[in-house]
Amino acid sequence: MQRFANPARFMRLSAMLLPWSAIAAAVLIAIGFYGALFIAPPDYQQGEAVKIMYVHVPSAWLASLVYAVMAVASAVALIWRHPLAHIAAESAAPIGACFTFVCLATGSLWGEPMWGTWWVWDARLTSVLVLFFLYIGFIALANAFDDRTRGSRAAAILAIVGVVNLPIIKFSVDWWNTLHQKASVFRMGGPTIATSMLWPLLVIAAGFLFLFAVLLMLRMRTALLRAKLRALRFGT
Amino acid sequence: MAQFFAMGGYARFVWPAYGVAALVLVGLLAHSLIGYRRAQRALDAEERR
Repeated sequence: MQRFANPARFMRLSAMLLPWSAIAAAVLIAIGFYGALFIAPPDYQQGEAVKIMYVHVPSAWLASLVYAVMAVASAVALIWRHPLAHIAAESAAPIGACFTFVCLATGSLWGEPMWGTWWVWDARLTSVLVLFFLYIGFIALANAFDDRTRGSRAAAILAIVGVVNLPIIKFSVDWWNTLHQKASVFRMGGPTIATSMLWPLLVIAAGFLFLFAVLLMLRMRTALLRAKLRALRFGT
Repeated sequence: MAQFFAMGGYARFVWPAYGVAALVLVGLLAHSLIGYRRAQRALDAEERR
């Protein structure tokens, strides 16, 4: 672990992985959306409105997944005081915030035609909104102090505490009565969604995962270059 | 083709959803790339001094 967390080694490794991850992201997203828009059938109840699922659901998965990555990186940063872990957490935050925003916006655009409302304060929607505010709070806190290490540490604590929200999001549709439908892919007993709709969904999700990897590596590399620049300028 | 874009009458919900997703994710990618290039250039300039 320590070996891979060496900044110089990270720069070499990410330079190698970046182009391949970018190609994988582009190819998977292209194939996935081709399948979603031209091959997958309309839903028997929702008609073509179901096309919104192909952006909404992968964004929602990534919104939670990126948070988990951010929280683990924060824990590593606090326990082992490794600077690369803080950089990873702080680079992941804006990416997670963007996926969460896409999830909320597309969910709203799906809610209006299907439920007859853009927004309800029910458990699923509210817990995802809380997730969005956790990302924003993390970013604000990380940049709130003149002393960067104090800000990073405070933000890392917030990220770890916020982990309680992840199971609440996942199980909100089972624990409370909500307008939001229950899980139909990651559930006990396997997916209940038709294969013709499932495969584009999973391919797009895989594409988004690679997109996250690309964005994370790019932003971490940028942060490391900036740290090097600061060290050269101020000798710290 | 027109039928495809009509999305069974849901065009005004489906296309904005795809638009928001594309705008936010492509925007984030562009922002990340621009920041990276800028940091690279600044470091190159600093190292040449």
